[in-house]
Amino acid sequence: MQTANLLPLVLVLAVVAYGLAYMRSRAVAAPLGGIRNLKALPFYYAARAALWCAIPALIVLAAWAGFEGKIIQGIVIASLPQETWPESAGEASLILSQISNVAAGKLNPEFVPEHIAGAASLLENLESQSRNFKAILVILIAILGAAFAWTRVAPHINARKNVETTLRRIFFVCAALAVLTTAGIVFSVIFETVRFFNRVPLSEFLFGTTWSPQTALRADQVGAEGAFGVIPLFTGTLLISAIALLVAVPVGLLSAIYLSEYASRRVRSTAKPVLEMLAGIPTVVYGFFAALTVAPFIRDLAEMVGLEASSQSALAAGLVMGIMIVPFVSSLSDDVINAVPQTMRDGSLALGATQSETMKKVIFPAALPGIIGGILLAASRAIGETMIVVMAAGLAANLTANPLESVTTVTVQIATLLVGDQEFDSAKTLSAFALGMLLFIVTLLLNVVALKIVRKYREQYE
Amino acid sequence: MNTINPSISTGVNMRDKQAAEIPVPQDKPEDTIIEEGKTVGKPFASDPKFQLRNVSVSYGSDRAIKDISLDIGRNEVISFIGPSGCGKSTFLRCLNRMNDSIDICRVKGQLMLDGEDIYSPKRDVVELRARVGMVFQKPNPFPKSIYDNVAYGPKIHGLANRKSELDEIVENSLRKAGLWEEAKDRLDSVATGMSGGQQQRLCIARAIAVSPEVILMDEPCSALDPIATARVEELIADMSKSYTIVIVTHSMQQAARVSNRTAYFHLGHLVEVNETNKVFTSPEHQLTESYITGRFG
Repeated sequence: MQTANLLPLVLVLAVVAYGLAYMRSRAVAAPLGGIRNLKALPFYYAARAALWCAIPALIVLAAWAGFEGKIIQGIVIASLPQETWPESAGEASLILSQISNVAAGKLNPEFVPEHIAGAASLLENLESQSRNFKAILVILIAILGAAFAWTRVAPHINARKNVETTLRRIFFVCAALAVLTTAGIVFSVIFETVRFFNRVPLSEFLFGTTWSPQTALRADQVGAEGAFGVIPLFTGTLLISAIALLVAVPVGLLSAIYLSEYASRRVRSTAKPVLEMLAGIPTVVYGFFAALTVAPFIRDLAEMVGLEASSQSALAAGLVMGIMIVPFVSSLSDDVINAVPQTMRDGSLALGATQSETMKKVIFPAALPGIIGGILLAASRAIGETMIVVMAAGLAANLTANPLESVTTVTVQIATLLVGDQEFDSAKTLSAFALGMLLFIVTLLLNVVALKIVRKYREQYE
Repeated sequence: MNTINPSISTGVNMRDKQAAEIPVPQDKPEDTIIEEGKTVGKPFASDPKFQLRNVSVSYGSDRAIKDISLDIGRNEVISFIGPSGCGKSTFLRCLNRMNDSIDICRVKGQLMLDGEDIYSPKRDVVELRARVGMVFQKPNPFPKSIYDNVAYGPKIHGLANRKSELDEIVENSLRKAGLWEEAKDRLDSVATGMSGGQQQRLCIARAIAVSPEVILMDEPCSALDPIATARVEELIADMSKSYTIVIVTHSMQQAARVSNRTAYFHLGHLVEVNETNKVFTSPEHQLTESYITGRFG
């Protein structure tokens, strides 16, 4: 039986175990005078039975699936005549694929050496045995587990504690999975980054002012020199993020103040979700809005006043990105402004302050740390944004502070470096990981600072 | 809720009287005991600061205040007592229009401060609140320095032309609030770092700083310990010479100690108003009597 069929079967068995244990616990309780005489509710006995049924069976199933292939391969290789044993891992995988091709019928056994054909039939044999053993073992374990739990449905046994402990462990495994994935991503980036810095010195990467990521195929190639100076990318990122924040901070903050202090409940209940919807628009949609509407508009406008403007400009990307991150600023600011206790407002109003004086002199200073936290989160979002910049700001790594020129950002370069066919041993490809690492560090720092500020804010009124 | 018999503090033995007659109020529907718009005792004053006539307040369809008429005399200390939810805080907050910020709150009737309508459309709320200050249940200093807390009101009303004038206002207000000696060496430290009692006196200083005529106090001592409470009560006694003070309190001893007159509220009705001494020794209304003897509340 296949793993794909075994899995649902185990789950069905678990459900059956649940039902049986539930009924048994009620049956046990009935002569004693109701479920109040059990140590735990019927649900706990039933859940324990289901867990006993499913978990050991699933662990065996997973372990079998994990080791089955390796063990069978080992046996098959060992069965070959000694003189044909593979000398390297590459050769071994070659022989194994030949064997499995024969076993699967893709290769005619007559065309291969006799020992390969023999190994192929052994492989086929082992695999079918393994499948049968696995199915029998898993089902047996599931039934035994359920039966064990069933015998332990008794009024004096407390199933609640077992179930709680097991659930806690399951939750822990889920949490650990997320943490391990993050760690895995970080480590994979770190290793590739180290490889990159073996080829390109760190000082050139951090302080170089030209970005031209290419590696020569031949030594005498024209323009073979690659340059991996990250400064133009970072100035581009900073320029676009700064423009975005110049848009998002005033708009977001003032709309938050309006929504939390001035708007009637009816306006607030519609305006806030609509504003937050801005965050739900896919960035690629913002991208073509920026590229097709905003960028040409800015170019025409600039030409009208006699300025030279590129058709892809940092300004266009920055403006649209600013609109995109408005909800980050407004939503978080709204929350912290609302978190300022009503007693502060009352205190100020009772002294004869107007609403705007109260806002300016009491609420805003009190909420400021939280608002800064929100702005920093929006900034890290702006720094990490790719799609809008690809479409609206271009790919040219210009070192400029002029928002009408086209610039490029760290994220855009990572995207272009890794699109298409890549060899993973050239400085060009590896530089993407170094950029990613740098970006990761910068946004991490921003987030740490933001969280610190937000946490400090929380302590203030207690 | 404080259920200590106030007769202990006023020195009159209520217990004999109580045993003799009063019907238990729960036996009788309260509506038949209270007549709407009717208040026993002395609700009117000869030299009123506030003249409040037929005041009703509703939150949506809930009537929180039902047709109350009351005068509050000049430089009088009047306390509002009554069980929780009886509307005394709501009524207090009408006096400087702090209910304005609640959308669904509607105030009806005539409320006059020195003969001028508080709720007239022409009335400037900022000016009203500068004249009628307020101290809240929970001390609510701004998270600023002690100095800035007191200077806040004078600054927004332009009461000082120079820094030296502002310094003077701050010092005077803190002195009046009995906080100067404790605070003079740390005017720049954050107000939220002070003790609860100090914070409440700071809030009183803050209210005094704009030179109001009336100070409304909404359970000013309910978050304070007995020693801090005693200090605030002393302060109220001092201030009563120059301010009209309206104080909402749950402590009947406090009402007995600080106020000239006491008003008893019940379920949105103003049941009885009289000289404090009279209310606590020989209440006219049976609900008042039941409340002050700790039958309910």
